[in-house]
Amino acid sequence: MEKFLPVTRSEDGKPVRYLIVDDSVFARKNLARMVETFGGQVIGEAGDGVSAIREYQRLTPDIVLMDITMPEMEGIEAAEKIVRDHPGARIVMVSSVGYQENIVAALQRGARHFVQKPVKPEVLYEVIKYVMRDDATVAKSAGAGV
Amino acid sequence: MRMDLIQPFINSTDAVLAQALESSIFIENLTMEEEAYRRKGIAAEVCLTGEIEGRIIFDVDMGAALLLASRLAGVEVSETDEELVREAVCELANQIIGNAVTTLNDQGFHFHVRPPRLHTSEQGSKSSEDTEALVMCFNTSSGKIFMNVALRYLRRPTAEQAAVAGYKS
Repeated sequence: MEKFLPVTRSEDGKPVRYLIVDDSVFARKNLARMVETFGGQVIGEAGDGVSAIREYQRLTPDIVLMDITMPEMEGIEAAEKIVRDHPGARIVMVSSVGYQENIVAALQRGARHFVQKPVKPEVLYEVIKYVMRDDATVAKSAGAGV
Repeated sequence: MRMDLIQPFINSTDAVLAQALESSIFIENLTMEEEAYRRKGIAAEVCLTGEIEGRIIFDVDMGAALLLASRLAGVEVSETDEELVREAVCELANQIIGNAVTTLNDQGFHFHVRPPRLHTSEQGSKSSEDTEALVMCFNTSSGKIFMNVALRYLRRPTAEQAAVAGYKS
């Protein structure tokens, strides 16, 4: 997998903390591997929208990577509920279903960005930097910052 | 079955598998299914509801499934890792069908996709006249991948389209 300069939290220089939400264990592991190459830390996982809300409240991650099509509660509804209680939540929708209507619905209901599956690491990396903005710092070399 | 409903599935299978396998794949054949579907390997089923209704079965023979799972996991996956192989097939089905659905939605078809589930029965339901099943067989270096697409087009003309049709007639 491609090498990325680590992205860390500006406030304390620690790894960006992720909650990964997807009903596919495989997809969660894949995303986890990817964000670890960005210097991130996966602090929690959930397989549906209901668990995602619970895990967000428990962990308050820096970023949530959220699938859309899931059992129990879909990702867009879960994102809306999280953002309603935590307006600062940074939620990136990650889904194979990326039609315009879906993307607009997700953004209107509080998601910060959308990434279509299959996820290209370089695309997700840029999205993470964009969503974190000034709250993250990109290390100047691969060994720095983590 | 309308070709404009099928083409996005061919394109997205080609794109997603080519990325996963890092090599090109090709369609070996394309047939209309008249009999009940018989599972060939590890299969995942995705159902659609809305203006287009039906189901798609993504069926991968064991050789190809092991290769795909290994590529996606980044480690060698063997037949003993059954759960991982099934997960890989479901996730690929989700990606392929999701990408095709994205194209169809952007073309103006509106429908909802349910999460993929494993298709475990040896035999599926027989296709009917209004839900013809089209089977595409893709060849990879490690085995075959089948897509069984049985969709029914339920779109009703919008008021605007009906008005235009009425004006023209």
